[in-house]
Amino acid sequence: MTIPTEHSPIEEQIAQWRAYLRRRRAIHGPDVEELEGHLRDQLMALTEAGLAGDEAFLVAVKRMGSLDALSREFAREHSERLWKQLVTTPEAAEESEKTIRTEALVVLCLAVAAALAIKVPALFGLQLGGGDGPFYARNASLFVLPQLMVYFAWKRGMDVVGGLWLALPFGAGAVLANVFPFLPGSHAEVLTAMHLPIALWLAVGFAYVGGRWFAGGGRMHFVRFSGELVIYYVLIALGGGVLTGFTVMMFRAIEMDARWLAEGWLIPCGAMGAVIVGSWLVEAKQSVIENMAPVLTKLFTPLFTVMLLAFLATMAWTGSPINVEREVLIGFDLLLVLVVGLVLYAASARDPERPPDFFDGLQLLLVVSALVVDAVALAAIASRISEFGFTPNRVAALGENLILLVNLAGSAWLYARFLRDRSSFAALERWQIAYLPVYSVWAAFVVVVFPPAFGYR
Amino acid sequence: MDLGKDLVAASATPLVLAILGEGDSYGYAIIKRVTELSGGRLQWTDGMLYPLLHRLERQGLVTAKWSASESGRRRKYYRVTREGRAQLAAQRQQWQVVANTLRSIWMKACTA
Repeated sequence: MTIPTEHSPIEEQIAQWRAYLRRRRAIHGPDVEELEGHLRDQLMALTEAGLAGDEAFLVAVKRMGSLDALSREFAREHSERLWKQLVTTPEAAEESEKTIRTEALVVLCLAVAAALAIKVPALFGLQLGGGDGPFYARNASLFVLPQLMVYFAWKRGMDVVGGLWLALPFGAGAVLANVFPFLPGSHAEVLTAMHLPIALWLAVGFAYVGGRWFAGGGRMHFVRFSGELVIYYVLIALGGGVLTGFTVMMFRAIEMDARWLAEGWLIPCGAMGAVIVGSWLVEAKQSVIENMAPVLTKLFTPLFTVMLLAFLATMAWTGSPINVEREVLIGFDLLLVLVVGLVLYAASARDPERPPDFFDGLQLLLVVSALVVDAVALAAIASRISEFGFTPNRVAALGENLILLVNLAGSAWLYARFLRDRSSFAALERWQIAYLPVYSVWAAFVVVVFPPAFGYR
Repeated sequence: MDLGKDLVAASATPLVLAILGEGDSYGYAIIKRVTELSGGRLQWTDGMLYPLLHRLERQGLVTAKWSASESGRRRKYYRVTREGRAQLAAQRQQWQVVANTLRSIWMKACTA
C-alpha cells in the first residue's frame, strides 16, 4: 500500500469533493473539515481492506450520501446560516423586484408618519422648545415605535389579531405616560422617559419575530438587529448633523435665520424618521453591516478590558475609595450595560460550534473585571443609601444594577464552563436570549409602579 | 433485510447517545460501532450522522471538542453531557415500553 502524497490522484479527488462541499452554503468550514476527516478514515479502512485507491474513493463517497441530501439536512439543522441566502439568491431577487418597491413605499409612508407624529402635539399648543419638554421626553418612543411595530408586523405577514394584541402595550404606555400627575422637576418623570422605550422595545421584538418569540433563532436575530440599528442610527445621525450644520450656515450667509427650521423640523422629524429608515436598511442590507458589528466588538472588548483592569490596579495600588457622587450609580449601570452589550453582540456574531479561542478568554476576563468593579461600586453606594435613604433614582439604578449583575454573573459562569469544555457555547446563548424579557419587564415595572410609589416626585 | 427509514431515524438519537456513553468518540468511529453492534444490518448514510450530532450539541446533550488525532489531522470528538445521559435514560424506558408491547402481542400470536 502506498501512502498518498500531496499530488496523488486520490488527493486530487478529495480536493475536488471538498470544493463541491464548500459550495453548499449550509455547510460551513469546520463541518467540511469534519466530513473530510470522516472520508479519509473511511478511505484508509477501505484501502487496508484491499480496495484500490479510486475504488475506495467511490465507495467512501457513496456511503457519505448525496451532497444534496446532506446539505438539505445541514440546512435544516443550521437554519440560521441560510438567512443571507434568503435575501440574496438570484431567483428571490427577480421575483421580489416588485416587493422591494412596495416595501420602500411602505417604509417611506411610515417614516413620514413618524416624522409628522412628533409635530402633531404642536397643533394642540404643546411646544417642543418651550416648557413642554417633559411631555416630549415622556412620549418620544410613542411617536415612532408604533410605526416600527407596524412595519415588522406588515413585513412578517402577521395577522390583524396579533397586530392588535401588540398595539396593547403602546396604548397602555401612552395612557401611563400621560395620566400620572408628575410634579415639576420630577425624578420619576425622567425615569418614565428613560424606561418606556425599553419596555416597548420588547413589543417591537415580538413584531420582529412575527409573533413567534420562542421559535428558532428569532430572538438572536432581534438582538443582532437591535445592535445594527444602533450603528445605522449613529451613522444617519452623523450625516444629519452635518446637513443641519450646513443648512444653518448657508442660510446665515444670506442673512436668514434657519434655526427654527433646524430645531423645529429637521432635528426632531429626522430623529424619528431615521429609526424607521435605519430599521429598513438593517433589514435590506444585512450582509453589508454584518461584518462590521463583530469587528467593532473585537476592537472594543480588549480596550474595555484593559481600561477596567487598569482602573482596578490603580485603585488597589493607591487604595483610594470610590467617591460616591450623584451620578456614580448611573455611570456604573451604563458600564454594565456596555459590557452586557459587548457579550451579547459577540455571542450573536459567533458561530456557536467554533471551539473556544483566545477571544472567548478575553470576554471572560472582561466580564469578570466588570463584575469586580461593580461590586466595589455597589459596596460604596450601599453605604450611601443606608445613610441618605431611598429615592426613585437610587432604587431604579440599584434594580438595574442587580439585573445586569445577575446576567453577567451567569455569563461568567457559562463562559468559564465553556472554556473548560464543560458545556457548549449554545448554553451561553440560551441564557442571554432567555434573559431578554427581564430588561423590558423591569422597565415596565418602573414605568407603572414608581411614579405613584414615590408620590410623583 | 432493510430497516425502514423512519425506524432508523428514530433509533439514531438513543444509539448515538448510548455509544458516546461508552466513552468519547468521533463520527467515523460511531458509524463503525453501529455497524459492529448491528452486525451490519443497521446502515446509515454516513454524512447524515453529522447534522444529528450538531443538533444534539445544540440541545446540550453532547459537547464537542477539536483535538489532534493519531494521524495528525484535527478531529472533532464528542462527549455526552449529564443532560444527555438523562435523555438517554428516558429514551431507553420509552423504547422498552415499545419493545415489550410488541413482544407481548407477538408472543400471544405464537402461542395462540
